[in-house]
Amino acid sequence: MSLPKHLVDAQIEIEAHARRYGLDFFATVFELIDYERMNEVAALGGFPVRYPHWRFGMEYERLKKSFAYGLHKIYELVINNDPCYAYLLEGNSMTDQKMVMAHVYGHCDFFKNNQWFSPTNRKMMDQMANHGARVRRYVDRHGVEEVEDFIDVCISIDNLIDRHSPYIQRPSSQGDSDGETTSSPQKLTARRSYLERYINPDEVIQREQDRLQQEADELASRFPQHPQLDVMAFLAAYAPLKKWQQDVINIVAAESYYFSPQGMTKIMNEGWASYWHSRIMTQDVLTCAEIVDFADNHAATMATSPRSINPYKIGIELFRDIEDRWNRGRFGKDYDECHDLDEKLHWDRGLGLGREKIFQVRRIYNDVTFLDEFLTPEFCWRQKLFTYEYNRKRQGFDIFSTDFKTIKQKMLSQLTNFGQPFIYVEDANFANRGELLLWHRHDGVDLDVKYGRETLSNIHSIWSRPVHIRTRIEGKPRLWSHDGTEFTDGPFEG
Amino acid sequence: MSILNIQKDHSRFRKIVRGKIKENLKKYISQGELIGRQGKDTVSIPVPQIETPRFRFGEQQKGGVGQGDGQPGDPVGQGEPQPGEPGEAGKDPGSHSVEVDVHLDELAEILGEELELPKIEPKGLDKIQSTRDRYIGIRSVGPETLRHFRRTYKQALLRQISSGTYNPKNPIVVPRREDKRYRSWRTENLPQSNAVIIYMMDVSGSMGDEQKEMVRIESFWIDTWLRSQYEGIESRYIIHDASAKEVDRHTFFHTRESGGTMISSAYKLACEIIDADYPVDEWNIYPFHFSDGDNWSVDDTLTCIQLLKDVLVPKANVFCYGQVDSPYGSGQFIKDLREHFPDSDDLIVSEIKNKDAIVESIKEFLGKGK
Repeated sequence: MSLPKHLVDAQIEIEAHARRYGLDFFATVFELIDYERMNEVAALGGFPVRYPHWRFGMEYERLKKSFAYGLHKIYELVINNDPCYAYLLEGNSMTDQKMVMAHVYGHCDFFKNNQWFSPTNRKMMDQMANHGARVRRYVDRHGVEEVEDFIDVCISIDNLIDRHSPYIQRPSSQGDSDGETTSSPQKLTARRSYLERYINPDEVIQREQDRLQQEADELASRFPQHPQLDVMAFLAAYAPLKKWQQDVINIVAAESYYFSPQGMTKIMNEGWASYWHSRIMTQDVLTCAEIVDFADNHAATMATSPRSINPYKIGIELFRDIEDRWNRGRFGKDYDECHDLDEKLHWDRGLGLGREKIFQVRRIYNDVTFLDEFLTPEFCWRQKLFTYEYNRKRQGFDIFSTDFKTIKQKMLSQLTNFGQPFIYVEDANFANRGELLLWHRHDGVDLDVKYGRETLSNIHSIWSRPVHIRTRIEGKPRLWSHDGTEFTDGPFEG
Repeated sequence: MSILNIQKDHSRFRKIVRGKIKENLKKYISQGELIGRQGKDTVSIPVPQIETPRFRFGEQQKGGVGQGDGQPGDPVGQGEPQPGEPGEAGKDPGSHSVEVDVHLDELAEILGEELELPKIEPKGLDKIQSTRDRYIGIRSVGPETLRHFRRTYKQALLRQISSGTYNPKNPIVVPRREDKRYRSWRTENLPQSNAVIIYMMDVSGSMGDEQKEMVRIESFWIDTWLRSQYEGIESRYIIHDASAKEVDRHTFFHTRESGGTMISSAYKLACEIIDADYPVDEWNIYPFHFSDGDNWSVDDTLTCIQLLKDVLVPKANVFCYGQVDSPYGSGQFIKDLREHFPDSDDLIVSEIKNKDAIVESIKEFLGKGK
């Protein structure tokens, strides 16, 4: 549905303000849709045409229900694409629509300029439709049950990708070493040639040579040679799959990679968009009559919770904090090394670098590096952040600490890799029986065994030979295995 | 924009849910899980194993970062889930089922398929007794009393503007005959109740909480099934110990009396209710009686048999007696009934030994299709 005149006017006005502030975005197309349609589009992740799968139907039902119960409604939906598509909810007040538009321009600028989005497909709307057409063809050919079951399995491992791989040229981890590249043993330098056979005795050199050769042989016989993080790509390449299955697994992986940067920059992206909707609305667009409605709505978006952090809130506050610090020169060696509290409190070098700094930040950081660099003790204290842990006695969560280092550590570990465990393919010929061994790189938190069991069973249906994962539970190395019919959980030796 | 496929995805999802419910139906029945989840027309059913499994961290060790007042050591408040964040916070550790609303009719259908229940042939009148007119549309002919002013005006305005006879300076709009719009209606048949379930329960001291729970579960499923078979259905509730009285649904399941048991008192009251409110040739009548089978005296049992033979069984579509096992009861009554009504199709008895037997019992009661 094309936009009515008053919204078109608002769009033109807001877009002009956004440009004036230096925001730089793809052409942005707004569509006005009713709540039913909004629920439909949202259930499909914003893309009107995707491959058929029941989980979109499940999400639709959930959205529909929570909308009907008044639990929440979706205000806006914006798609990283060129042109950038954004949906407005019909029936929202004019104030809301303007706020959403301003917010959307923030997102569009972020999509276009943040480097972590640079490898994403900007024609994803089309790509998703292509995926849909391909999967529908497979459904016609092989039946809905078979294709759907396989998609279920792929979805189950869609978090096992190497999120950084789009940004790096990695040497192929399989390599084509054919033993030629074996390095020769290191020799000590002999100053006199007649000392050579005393300093580097032949039998020592020979022994060293053999050892290196053996190591190289071992490496060559191992597959993959180094643990591989992109489990999906590995399975797509080496599991005994039919052509269409290979295509489906690649489709699911491609979509997973497409959505990955949005997960990697959730705090920054929402913070940036909120920063700009707040600025544009309060400085330029709002009329006196609208200010209360706006404030009410903005406050609801920024609501904090003791159980989780609100990315909108943390994001906007951090951007404002950075702007303030760079405006006043509260950074660098002098400031950090100043121990006079009073002087620090009134520190103002009048640099005025804030605006420039936040534009730079939105270009090169992601959530992990953003928090690592800009989270300060003062900020945590002002925002009343704390960490909480599970209390076994009380069977509930208790506040654990308000200490800066603990908070920062916890936030970073939650954001690293999406808060997903690191799982590698370690050995595709485990026990010399063609079985698959995965490895969970344990960094403090155990895996959930119930989910693990189901996931292993799914991976088994791809690999079609027994699959294993080695992990640690309560400090002890364990090996979980699934042979297609049975799950076993035993200690791991070796 | 092209047509969305969400409807297909959605019906596919419902189909899967249906399959899962079918798979787990016996468990739902014997655990009575669904009763507390009943809304007006729907039941919210937790469907396990529909969430996609992924490698993930165990909940308990995870902890997290929150924002708000509080000192180390204070419990963390529940807090509102973040808007748009699908249930990340406040999820019970370990439980991972998805709740789905299922319409009661659909649930009854699943029950019918799974237990292979035959459809019921209702007796009584087919004729519709009440109708109602609903205004649902607009048409271009009709009586002046039903003229739709706004639509008529709009139509006239539209015509005048398009034909160039509208003058903004002198905005007079004169509707012509073809501009006039009238409300139109449809006559709808009101669903007419023509079946009644009369629940009777023994609430004497020997009926414990567990026995009542079984009755509750069983009556929920009977209700669900019979409701799907009739347009409208009424329920009446009678509790009895040594004397009987009619109560509402809540009281029915929550009363506990002590004292003796005179089953005949309930049967008498049921007869009175039927005579007063439910003429036999128009109504399908389903009396269900639940007891632990420990009647006060042999004489009273004889009175009961007499009432059943003379009134209740002839008038009812089928009379169902369910006997729950109780550590206190003698369980004699069911034997008496079996003796006096051998192989009867019109009087069905069923023993419900424990919750697992509820499924069988439902099948016994409803399996005759009467």
